[in-house]
Amino acid sequence: MRDPAWLDAVLATARPRVVGALARHFRDLDKAEDAFQTACLRALSSWPAKGRPKDPVAWLILVGRNAAIDALRKDSRLTSLEEEPADSALPDVEAATIEELETQDYRDDILRLLFICSQPALPIADQLALALKVVVGLSVKEIARAFLVTPKAMEQRITRAKRKVAAAGVSFETPSLAERAERLAAVSTMLYLLFNEGYSSAGDSAHVRVALCEEAIRLLRLLLRLFPGQSEVMGLLALCLFQHARSKARLDAAGQIVLLEDQDRGLWAPYLIAEGRVLLEKALLKGRPGPYQIQAAIAGVHCAARTPEATDWVEIERLYRALEQVQPSPVVTLNRAIAVSKVSGPAAALALIDPLAAVLDGYLYFHGARAALLEDLGRSSEAAAAYRKALALCTTPAETAHLRQRLQDLEEKSATLSD
Amino acid sequence: MLYSILIYGSEAVVEALTEAEEGAILDKHYDLQGRLKDAGRLGPFARLMPTTAAVTLRADQGETVVLDGPFAETKEQLLGLYLIECESLEEAVAQAKTLPLEVGALEVRPVHFYGLGVLPEPAPEDSTY
Repeated sequence: MRDPAWLDAVLATARPRVVGALARHFRDLDKAEDAFQTACLRALSSWPAKGRPKDPVAWLILVGRNAAIDALRKDSRLTSLEEEPADSALPDVEAATIEELETQDYRDDILRLLFICSQPALPIADQLALALKVVVGLSVKEIARAFLVTPKAMEQRITRAKRKVAAAGVSFETPSLAERAERLAAVSTMLYLLFNEGYSSAGDSAHVRVALCEEAIRLLRLLLRLFPGQSEVMGLLALCLFQHARSKARLDAAGQIVLLEDQDRGLWAPYLIAEGRVLLEKALLKGRPGPYQIQAAIAGVHCAARTPEATDWVEIERLYRALEQVQPSPVVTLNRAIAVSKVSGPAAALALIDPLAAVLDGYLYFHGARAALLEDLGRSSEAAAAYRKALALCTTPAETAHLRQRLQDLEEKSATLSD
Repeated sequence: MLYSILIYGSEAVVEALTEAEEGAILDKHYDLQGRLKDAGRLGPFARLMPTTAAVTLRADQGETVVLDGPFAETKEQLLGLYLIECESLEEAVAQAKTLPLEVGALEVRPVHFYGLGVLPEPAPEDSTY
């Protein structure tokens, strides 16, 4: 790896583990981030000439620790690189540090770092911003762009979030088995939300936000490498891979959402689908199905269909029924109703979702789905009313454009019929 | 004489590369493949999926145990490999289980993509052990 272009990738990859270890060492996120930053600057000036150390992670942790201690000793955080001796005898101590690091459970450092960002006390958007800043290492400017706010607003949001997590006082001790399971669950949820944040975007910002999906997948891969036997992490990664595989087909040239049934399936990424399938199979073989595995299985059935007509709706309906068992929610029932409409027709589906009207009244997709079912049943005026309700709940221009088109088509159709 | 080239690296680093950086690496692979193909000397090659998709088989007191994740020992060496077509990971594991495990371990990892190359079938006398 002589090419300096690789340096960025090596440093980015090392970040979660190095910042995780430094955070435990200093018991302070800001100090850990600063120390990592300093270590990276040293790496950038030293590695291209001297070559990459055998264990970049150990090197960065050691340099980060020492730099912070030096800074404290000099009572100044502004110690410039130039004032340091040119060879601060770093690589010599490397071997000892590697040995020390290997005896520690670094998995818990990375998990803890992710868990700190997943604190339920934080609003979801703050959790995601914090994870992107601390774990992924995106700049405030990049995060601000992804969340469509000003850098200043994002800076404030991250500062506030850091204050809150410091107050939450996540333990730096080695977690118990129960704590580890709890952390894995919280982190999985946060990573899925990060994925969805990127996935649910459309329009001008979509190309920026698709990077959020990639970061979520990268962090899930990292998590799974650390905890290779976790079937729900496998399931979640498979789910994200199946969905991400369709990303090129999901938006048209104008940035508008293309529904699953209208997508050009030739644009789906076969490699991601293949990887998702293996991960899902591996997870299911463990015989502990959970919500992520079932959702992945549903996404997998869609991905397996070469045409919309070839979709195995009976299997999808069965899987949604299983999902209702392990994670009952009106939204899951709504999704099952879509499958029911394909298997048994719109009347059966409508009967299933009508009881949900009260709980899902504020939910865009409830009215959208209900409108489509009513339209199929030829109940045009009720369908139009439902489309209008859905339109009132739209938050993105792409959704609005899509629903407005559906409503317009419906109105034209009913006008022709009544002529 | 047939030679193998085994590629090692950090998959996390490769995942973190930009498209341009990854493209530059792939170009070098395509160069090698093209050169050897033109000379009639390219054998099968493959890129593997990430290790998160892998399982490892080991013998444990006479039983075969299947562990999640890659083979990660540094005290044992890579001795050989197969590319086999299977319907599922489960089937691939079942095929692998028919091989002896006394020597060490077997990692079953799905293949991302592969090429057959252009080498002819070896003559019978060349394929004996």
